[in-house]
Amino acid sequence: MSAVLFFIASIGALAGAIGVVMVRNPFYSVLSLVGHLICLAALFLLLRAEFAAAAQVVVYAGAVMVLYVFVVAYIGGQDEPLSQVGGALKVVGPLFALALAVELCIALLGTGLKGISGKGAPYVLGFGTPKEIGRLFLTSYLFPFEVASLLLLVAAIGAVVLARRRRGLPEDEEDEPQAPIIRPQYTGTMAEAAGVRPGFGTDPAASEPQRAATPATTSEGGW
Amino acid sequence: MPIGWYLVVSALIFCIGAAGVLTRPNPLVILLCLELMLNAANLALVAFSRMWGNQAGQIFALVVMVVAACEVTVGLGLIVAIYRRHLAINVDELNELRG
Amino acid sequence: MSTTTFGWLILLFPLLGCVVVALGFRVERGISAGVIGSAAIALSFAASVGALISILGRADSSRELTSSLWNYASTVGVDAKLSILVDPLSIFMALIVSGVSTLIHIYSIAYMKSDRGYVRFFSYLNFFVFSMLLLVMAGNFLLLIVGWAFVGAASYLLISFWYRRTTATRAGLKAFVINVVGDVGLVLGTFFIFRHTGTLDFLKTFHAVPHVFGHNATDLVAGCLLLLVGAAAKSAQVPLHTWLPDAMEGPTPVSALIHAATMVTAGVYLIARMHPLFEVATTAADVGAIMGCATLLIAATIAIVQTDLKRVIAYSTMSQIGYMVMGVSVGAYSAGLFHLMTHAFFKALLFMAAGSLISAMGGEQSLDRMRGFRRAMPFTFICFVVGGLALSGLPPFSGWLSKDDIIAYLDHRGGGFEILGILGYVGALMTGIYTFRMIFRAFFGEPCEEARDLAQGHLYHPESGFNPGTGELEDADVGFPGPEHHIAERDLAMKVPMAVLGVLAVVGGVLQIPGVDAGINRFLEPSFAGSRLAQLDPSTSSAWIGLIIGGLIGLAGIGIAYRIWIVAPGTSARLQTRFGALQTFFYNKWYFDELIDFAVVRPSQWLGGFTESVLERGVIAGGVTGGTLGVVRAFSATVRRLQTGFLRYYAAAMLIGVFGMALYFLISA
Repeated sequence: MSAVLFFIASIGALAGAIGVVMVRNPFYSVLSLVGHLICLAALFLLLRAEFAAAAQVVVYAGAVMVLYVFVVAYIGGQDEPLSQVGGALKVVGPLFALALAVELCIALLGTGLKGISGKGAPYVLGFGTPKEIGRLFLTSYLFPFEVASLLLLVAAIGAVVLARRRRGLPEDEEDEPQAPIIRPQYTGTMAEAAGVRPGFGTDPAASEPQRAATPATTSEGGW
Repeated sequence: MPIGWYLVVSALIFCIGAAGVLTRPNPLVILLCLELMLNAANLALVAFSRMWGNQAGQIFALVVMVVAACEVTVGLGLIVAIYRRHLAINVDELNELRG
Repeated sequence: MSTTTFGWLILLFPLLGCVVVALGFRVERGISAGVIGSAAIALSFAASVGALISILGRADSSRELTSSLWNYASTVGVDAKLSILVDPLSIFMALIVSGVSTLIHIYSIAYMKSDRGYVRFFSYLNFFVFSMLLLVMAGNFLLLIVGWAFVGAASYLLISFWYRRTTATRAGLKAFVINVVGDVGLVLGTFFIFRHTGTLDFLKTFHAVPHVFGHNATDLVAGCLLLLVGAAAKSAQVPLHTWLPDAMEGPTPVSALIHAATMVTAGVYLIARMHPLFEVATTAADVGAIMGCATLLIAATIAIVQTDLKRVIAYSTMSQIGYMVMGVSVGAYSAGLFHLMTHAFFKALLFMAAGSLISAMGGEQSLDRMRGFRRAMPFTFICFVVGGLALSGLPPFSGWLSKDDIIAYLDHRGGGFEILGILGYVGALMTGIYTFRMIFRAFFGEPCEEARDLAQGHLYHPESGFNPGTGELEDADVGFPGPEHHIAERDLAMKVPMAVLGVLAVVGGVLQIPGVDAGINRFLEPSFAGSRLAQLDPSTSSAWIGLIIGGLIGLAGIGIAYRIWIVAPGTSARLQTRFGALQTFFYNKWYFDELIDFAVVRPSQWLGGFTESVLERGVIAGGVTGGTLGVVRAFSATVRRLQTGFLRYYAAAMLIGVFGMALYFLISA
């Protein structure tokens, strides 16, 4: 039974991984990663790491990926242009990875590591439960726990500092990008859905009254 | 299942992630592939923790998740800042830090 | 007060004088700096007299006293102490140095007035006296070397006193460089001796030397020869003598004090002090005697043809010091030191009188321009005559007794030294000639223009500033002689010291008249107690025979000079044409300057240039630093190419690295 579940979960994980790498649209890559994470959580459960699995789903798939989705939505996930610099790397990269994979497999399967051919240590009641994890975090691994909290704090501050608006800088008028972003249909803003803002493929004539209704804005005359 | 199988899966995921880092020019996707590699490491950690019956591996995996979260935060912040400057979101174009 | 306290006081007063004069340079007005400086040296002289009285009150055997204030390096195993040795020899030297210095300081109060460097002059002069006293009072090799070096430095400062004059600064540098050569000799010599005796203290060294060294032991001879190098440099003996004539660029009091009476006698003092060493290393002593004899002859021949007044007196100094060096090298210690004392008197007197004469000439020093000053400057004339008679060795002047004392000892010692004695007489003849040549040319004959003006009461001043030696135009800012000229006839402060020295030059000889008394001999006996050579005293009769011969020879010299320059005035011109080559040879100072330039200076310059262009620029800057630089640059240029700026290349590099590491571990497992 566990073997079947293992194969399903691992095939799912691998498929998700391949999907992340191969799909053109970054938006779809994010979704592929989410799937991969859920399969990975299943693998964790098979390994009796209940808390880790739960954390994976809640934190990783639930929070970090949502963050990703927000940013991709903000930036606009266009399909990538096909021609790119570093063409050599496009061929050589996968080769390197393949070589690494082969090497790792040889390392794992070829050498006679005794431990990995077994099913693992005998199960102790409470292995992987939140109770045990919590106890360990607050006794033996208190220092990493605290440092990790500090790291989170630093990252949060860093993110705020990096992405804030800077007043007075010339490249500040980013509210309106110079050229309207070409968005794929049905991936635009709520305004598009509501029909207020002109999106791709809508009638430009419908936007005229909007522009005429704001006389305070002067589009001609200097900066 | 023998623990070795989990490790093989982890290795494969790691290598797929590595290939992705090398191949895709979009920094967002590169970050995603980095996540893949981190997850592969997590899987290996949890597998070993099961092998030894020692929960330190799972603790480590949780800390790795925290680190990954932080890294994503900062990385995405960078990408947003780059986007705000109207620069191309393409690592091949962002090459001014060089000798 | 104990004797050694007097000894420390002797050192303290000039040092204080120097510091007080130097630090108060802003507040000192008029002649106050001169008064303070002279007072300091006068106090030092008083302390010397006190030390003399105090030591005379002690028994003969306990007249060698040391006193130590500070221990510098006892932890290292070297007994380097701040210690002085107060014994008859050092008190004798201290009396001469401080006494003559006091008189010269008083002379300078008037002579240097109106010079903008007045305060600087007196602080330097006090510093010089301090260092000279340190040298003679030193109780170990360390302080001797310190005093030696300080004296050289003071000499440099004073020679290039008028520092805007190129000739003066060059002369100062020349003196300093040659003195440094002597310093090196002194230090190395000390080391050679110290290596075996293990002590720097004088008394301990002297007691140890006969036991540690055999007769003419190589190390001792080497050490003594190096000490002789030091003595030769400081006392201007051949071949390190070329600095002394040039040192006449300094003001006349400097010449009088340093280059006649005190500093140049340091070499004589050194040999006398180190007599236990020289008596064991007889080879070195012989070398010293030959060096002294050669110097006295060479210098006398050069003095006969010199035209610069001060240079004639300078070569005369060199010659007389040759006598002294010869004397103390062969064992005539008290005779040599007696001549040192009398020479200090009459040579300082001659220099002071020369200063007065040069002032009357408005800074001009050439004998060719001076004539007939007898009526205009009677006092200076008398001083010149007194000094000249003492120098030529005529009875009853002091120089007669002291110079012939040395020669009598040489004759008495025998063993080849009589030859040196005969050469000494030849030198005495020449001394008479050149001394009175100087006097007859400057004071007799038709008065020159400056003399005529002075006879009418008007002191000559040149219109604009010219360097009297080279004739180049000088801009009379600080660093040049002051605008006023002072002559002895008009300044009491100049007259009094000259009179005192004149009296001393006449009567100073009474201290050691053979057969009558042996004052110097007896006084210095405790210092030379262990010496077998000092016991050799010529008998009274042979001493008197020597004295009579010496007196006659001196008179003959004066007679020759009288004939050539007074009786038949064209004789000197005829002699010059007849002995033209010899005249040129002597006039060019036996070409010593050119020889040293060729043998030492040019190779050093070439070596310096070669080292700079080839070694410094080529090898070190180009090869070593430049090469290293080039290698590092090339390396960093190569590494720089890895920083392409493309993120994915970096990632690829990392991946390859991981792959390689895993491979390594896989294989090595």
